[in-house]
Amino acid sequence: MQGDFREHIDCLRTVGADAVEVRTEAELDAVDGLIIPGGESTTIARLLIAFDLMEPLRRRIRAGMPTWGTCAGAIILARRVPGLDRPPLGVMDITVDRNAFGRQVDSFEADLDIEGVTGGPMRAVFIRAPVIREAGAGVTVMAALADGRIVACREGNIWATSFHPELTDDARLHGAFVALVQATLGEAVAAPSARPRRSAAAR
Amino acid sequence: MASTRTNRTGRGAQASTNARPAARTAAKAVSTKATSARPRSATRAAASNGTAAHGHGVGNTAATWTVKAGLAQMLKGGVIMDVVTVEHARIAEEAGACAVMALERVPSDIRAAGGVARMSHVKLIEDICRAVTIPVMAKVRIGHFVEAQILEAVGVDYIDESEVLTPADDVHHIEKTPFKVPFVCGCRDLGEALRRIAEGAAMIRTKGEAGTGDIVEAVRHMRALWSGIRRVASARDEELPNMAKELGASLTLVQEVKRLGRLPVVNFSAGGIATPADAALMMQLGADGVFVGSGIFKSGADLDARARVKEQSAMATAIVRAVTHFNDPAMLAEVSRGIGEPMRGQSVASIPLSEQLAGRGN
Repeated sequence: MQGDFREHIDCLRTVGADAVEVRTEAELDAVDGLIIPGGESTTIARLLIAFDLMEPLRRRIRAGMPTWGTCAGAIILARRVPGLDRPPLGVMDITVDRNAFGRQVDSFEADLDIEGVTGGPMRAVFIRAPVIREAGAGVTVMAALADGRIVACREGNIWATSFHPELTDDARLHGAFVALVQATLGEAVAAPSARPRRSAAAR
Repeated sequence: MASTRTNRTGRGAQASTNARPAARTAAKAVSTKATSARPRSATRAAASNGTAAHGHGVGNTAATWTVKAGLAQMLKGGVIMDVVTVEHARIAEEAGACAVMALERVPSDIRAAGGVARMSHVKLIEDICRAVTIPVMAKVRIGHFVEAQILEAVGVDYIDESEVLTPADDVHHIEKTPFKVPFVCGCRDLGEALRRIAEGAAMIRTKGEAGTGDIVEAVRHMRALWSGIRRVASARDEELPNMAKELGASLTLVQEVKRLGRLPVVNFSAGGIATPADAALMMQLGADGVFVGSGIFKSGADLDARARVKEQSAMATAIVRAVTHFNDPAMLAEVSRGIGEPMRGQSVASIPLSEQLAGRGN
């Protein structure tokens, strides 16, 4: 609904995916995978409620649609967010601390080794970033900082990252996500004709 | 009307002569760090400049260009609201604002009060920082780098070097590159935008005329900016150096605008937005998001305190939704249905040129 969807769409197109913006339920129905972008989690959550997208989103994600939340998007997906009475979607078994590194002057970049990304570490951009404080039993950690704090993880077809791969030239993680969408389509349809389509969530 | 136009042109020509030396130093600054104008390649530069510890640790490189311009990317498609109290800040956050601007007075009150308008009181800014989880911005006077140092120490997320406050320096803007905290600056056209970016601004907003509730200047500046961008984008490469000279901007940045077909940073609209329709108009004219100042917390002026809060909250919510669905007239009609009386406003044509704020800084 709000955030850096344009950067995600550029990255998805770089890796050959068909990317569209999603703002309505009809647009959501038309995609095979979803990215919930960086932005302000409070704003995105309010707009998801205002435009009746919470329930349709939950339904699609629970039905197995590959979904990736970056930064604010990770907060939207989490089941537990300290300070929020009702976590927005609550579909992923993680606890996410908002603004875990401090204010904007504490934002930074770091090199990260990420599960499923070959060819060396990725440059990760953390902007007023959250941290995944706890990951449930079914959650696999994809990347952590040197001090052990989790900054990328997956549970089934749901991914959450604290950082913004869409702000760099490195689209390897987007490539891996597109591969996940293709694999999921292959299982569901059992026919290779399905087109990989996807979207940077919502504006 | 005709005479107003003549005044405007005369003033503009004079101002751009003054700006030449400033533009030249700005160009120099850029050529030593040309990558700073390229949000995407800046990441690589930061990685290879040796300051990055390759230990996969925390805090390897703080306050890089990517990090500073990146926060503005996160604000896109959003509304930044002027707030003067903690209560306003909470209403704004609840309504879905993507950031708040902490101020002592909204621009229309600054206009009414007269006198010298300065950076807001530190305690007010800190109280607002504590009250909300969304980013907090605050304004400093043009050229007042010490006010900026103070706001950085306070820990605000973005600084607006703003013409709404009384300028502290009528020639120089703040050299913004060394600051860890990112800056947003106002512009009326492409040249002004690129001069601010050369000084290190990580986000731009078109100025409009703050505190009026009259959208005409916001429209004028957004159109001027985009017409400048289109002219650069369609120029031949060998025409760019002369264009840079005419714009008073660095050639590197002009080339970057041609390559991207837009500014190299996020661009919001400000100065006169009072209704959801105004906000959607600016989005359709090419804004990445909007600043709303007096438009929210000056609406419902005739109501009693409780009704006013409700009214302001409804206006804030409606403007946020209008920015999300700026291209959908049916949705705009729906969000506009719930709002009450917008701020009364003052037409810009009735304000003498000497009292207009947009001419401050160039």
